[in-house]
Amino acid sequence: MTGNLLSLTIWVPIVAGLVVLATGGDRNANAARWLAVLGALAGLLVSVPLYTGFDSLHGGLQFVESTPWITMFNINYALGVDGLSMLFVILNSFTTLMVVIAGWQVIQSRVAQYMAAFLIMSGLINGAFAATDAILFYVFFEAMLIPMYLIIGVWGGPNRIYASVKFFLYTLLGSLLTLVAFVYLYMQAGGSFVIADFQRLPLGMGAQVMLLIAFFFAFAVKVPMWPVHTWLPDAHVEAPTGGSMVLAAITLKLGAYGFLRFALPIAPDAAREYAWVFIIFSLIAVVYIGLVALVQTDMKKLVAYSSISHMGFVTLGFFMFAGGTQLNPYAVEGAIVQMVSHGFVSAAMFFCIGVMYDRVHSRKIADYGGVANKMPIFAAFMMLFAMANSGLPGTSGFVGEFMVILGAVQVNFWYAFAAATTLIFGAGYTLWMYKRVIFGDVANVHVAELKDVNKREFLVLAILAIAVLGMGLYPKPFTEVMHQSVNDLIWHVSQSKLQ
Amino acid sequence: MNIMTWSSLNAGVATPEIFLLCATCAILLIDVFLSDAKRHISYVLTLATLVATGCLLVAGYSLQPLLAFNGMFVADPLASLSKLGMVVGVILMLVYGRGYAVARGLFRGELFTLTLCALLGMMVMASAVNFVVLYVGLELLSLSLYALVALQRDSSRSTEAAMKYFILGALASGLLLYGMSMIYGATQSLDVFVISQKIANDEANRLLAVFGIVFIVTGLGFKLGAVPFHMWAPDVYDGAPTLISQLIGSAPKVAAFAFIMRILAQALEGFAFDWRSMLMVLAVLSLVIGNLTAIAQVNIKRMFAYSTISHMGFLLLGIMAATPGGYAAAFFYAMTYMLTAAAGFGIIMLLSREGFEADQIADFRGLNKRSPWFAAMMLIVMFSMAGIPVFVGFFAKLAIIQALVGLGLVWLAVIAVLMSVIGAFYYLRIVKVMYFEDPTDAAPIAAGTDAKLVLSVNCLLLLVLGMMPDRLLTALTTALQFSLHTGL
Repeated sequence: MTGNLLSLTIWVPIVAGLVVLATGGDRNANAARWLAVLGALAGLLVSVPLYTGFDSLHGGLQFVESTPWITMFNINYALGVDGLSMLFVILNSFTTLMVVIAGWQVIQSRVAQYMAAFLIMSGLINGAFAATDAILFYVFFEAMLIPMYLIIGVWGGPNRIYASVKFFLYTLLGSLLTLVAFVYLYMQAGGSFVIADFQRLPLGMGAQVMLLIAFFFAFAVKVPMWPVHTWLPDAHVEAPTGGSMVLAAITLKLGAYGFLRFALPIAPDAAREYAWVFIIFSLIAVVYIGLVALVQTDMKKLVAYSSISHMGFVTLGFFMFAGGTQLNPYAVEGAIVQMVSHGFVSAAMFFCIGVMYDRVHSRKIADYGGVANKMPIFAAFMMLFAMANSGLPGTSGFVGEFMVILGAVQVNFWYAFAAATTLIFGAGYTLWMYKRVIFGDVANVHVAELKDVNKREFLVLAILAIAVLGMGLYPKPFTEVMHQSVNDLIWHVSQSKLQ
Repeated sequence: MNIMTWSSLNAGVATPEIFLLCATCAILLIDVFLSDAKRHISYVLTLATLVATGCLLVAGYSLQPLLAFNGMFVADPLASLSKLGMVVGVILMLVYGRGYAVARGLFRGELFTLTLCALLGMMVMASAVNFVVLYVGLELLSLSLYALVALQRDSSRSTEAAMKYFILGALASGLLLYGMSMIYGATQSLDVFVISQKIANDEANRLLAVFGIVFIVTGLGFKLGAVPFHMWAPDVYDGAPTLISQLIGSAPKVAAFAFIMRILAQALEGFAFDWRSMLMVLAVLSLVIGNLTAIAQVNIKRMFAYSTISHMGFLLLGIMAATPGGYAAAFFYAMTYMLTAAAGFGIIMLLSREGFEADQIADFRGLNKRSPWFAAMMLIVMFSMAGIPVFVGFFAKLAIIQALVGLGLVWLAVIAVLMSVIGAFYYLRIVKVMYFEDPTDAAPIAAGTDAKLVLSVNCLLLLVLGMMPDRLLTALTTALQFSLHTGL
């Protein structure tokens, strides 16, 4: 069984998705819902042993599987996880379960297709995190555009068509350039698509810079980094709640993961040389996008911009070369912790907005006010998530940001100074929005008619709250599994590949 | 020196073609005595002929090339596999097109016999190793297609399309023939193997041969519909009855690939340096113009025409590489594109009904609400054409990119993928229309069960081949190895 654990995490949700799809039209909506929840639960259950069976003293790949897939090109169906990717497989399976529960009543049309799209996407995302063959990674990375495109386009808001096409083309452009980069590396590596072979390959500076640019297009678009972030506010705002949750919690992480898995280890010298570019882009994301978030009048857009700002922290952490040679371990680990934490917090924030939207059908901050009077339980939960989003100590949002700032101080004080402003801006935009929406007098009749969260919503909120608090108070279970892999990565990146 | 004897004829090698010819004549005769009500007998006979031809091809498959007709005809794996592909393409066309043809009064004897003649022409194109025989095969295909485009006699659009197709096709044939005559002048031979031998021994007049190649490539460009010789394609695709558009858009692409292989890769391999640069220009122009123009189309058949042009650009990139990997990639591309295009046109036909062509993009509105199954099939076709994994189109493109990067032509690969992004835009638009918009047409979709079943198999094949492309790739690569490099 353990031999095929990773395959199970990929194929259980996909097969479940196909079964859900087979239930057909909306007459069997309830069957589709229950099957979807079972499928998502099964997907989560098969991914839990990845954590319990993980050897955290070992930095290399674990749960390895490999079968020849396309012998002509020496492409293998090769899977494996290390400390960098394992948590995201579990996070993804977890988020999918949340999304399926969150969409229970909200989605009333084409339920089977909605649930199936999320389950299939969950399997594909797991595949992207687990693939150790570049083409296999690419296949999963690209194939998940299809369900996401449909999710945004079919169940999204009024401007959904523009948003879905923009999302698809933006990401496709980036990833196709990466495909060319992969094929180039394949030729250089003497006919191997194994990612580890790419990482060992000595490369000249010119080639490394070109590769870094190609990877930048694919992964920076996905993260998204300033200035290629413009698809994200559109996609997030128009996507249904579940789509926003998965986008923010998981697919953005896939971009950051791409930097860890491909850009840094394959082109370390170019990354060192041009780290300043990435640092500047990241700081612009943190500071400037933070300010942009401050002036938003649409709650979803505000959280979308805050996602970009938080992801700026992640990319900042990845490019903290101390003394110009070695990556700072606090910064890298902090960035990964920030990725996981943002997965919980942003999913929770989007879910909270979804809860209000389902009742009032507006995302405008101005249409709310005094929600706490009518929905006290909801207000309490949202308070926690807002605090986590602003990085309050004791919540998961604090741990990652603090570690990245700690690492940045050791590299350059001014990087840390600029990054630390997010603690002010983040608190500013999140809490100000919270105040305007939740506190005060009941603003209008719609708010006056609000009913507090039902059991299903309570369940999702409670699970996410436990995750946010647990990770904030005791982050060790999360950091210890990645420790060895991060150290290996830092060692690898410190070695020059130039000849 | 060429003394004809019965044994040197070795006619057994051409059994599938001979059988097809006899069966075509038989169907022609039988059909005359059938009343319209019994026309389906011809249809069944035609399908049976096709299946039998396919079986003969499989039975006669041999890795070693077998020569026949005094070295004018060869049965090698390249020929056999591409013929198999063509037979499948024609079967798909007839199955998808039956309802369409019946509703429009096209379900006549001419349809069957002309289609079989076109197939015979394609098969000869794939097997001929003599320039005259190659030309005869091409003309048999072209003349049948001109007539088929005009099958709807009283439609002025069809007639106009047929006329355009005929004039430009005749021009292209002329150019091709002129080029062939120059090659003959340069090498004193029409035999593919002799020509290649002479070039290898440096006995060919290079200047004359290069002039000949220019004309040949121009002629091929016309036939393939590569830019700047593509002007006929949109009008013909649009004007012809959809089942004929499907015939033009699917199987002949495989035949054209084999044809190009015979002329450029086998006979003129020694001048690869010269024709490669010509193909590169055609390929890049086709990718750019095809994809950009396709965006502006509102008619899905015209969109397919421009998208075919861009796909032919990809195919030419593979041939342009002039390496075994490049040829194999192009072969894979041709075969899988044939399946994809057949399914795409098939869906248009199955959605149409009497008096309604379903050839506007707007006709696909809300298809997911009318029939989720058809929408899913069209989705597979569109994403496969756009080259999104896990559909087979992705691996076809990957193989081409691999061949290009292997030659150090990274910039060409980058152009190709950038154009794929533009291509993705208009394929996505079809998906958008089907899934994100509401239907304006509530009429039920009256497609026959047989067509639906075949369509499902066809589309699922695009998915299955995408997940397991290995066997087909290996088979095609081996076929090319044995056809091009164990030689005579």
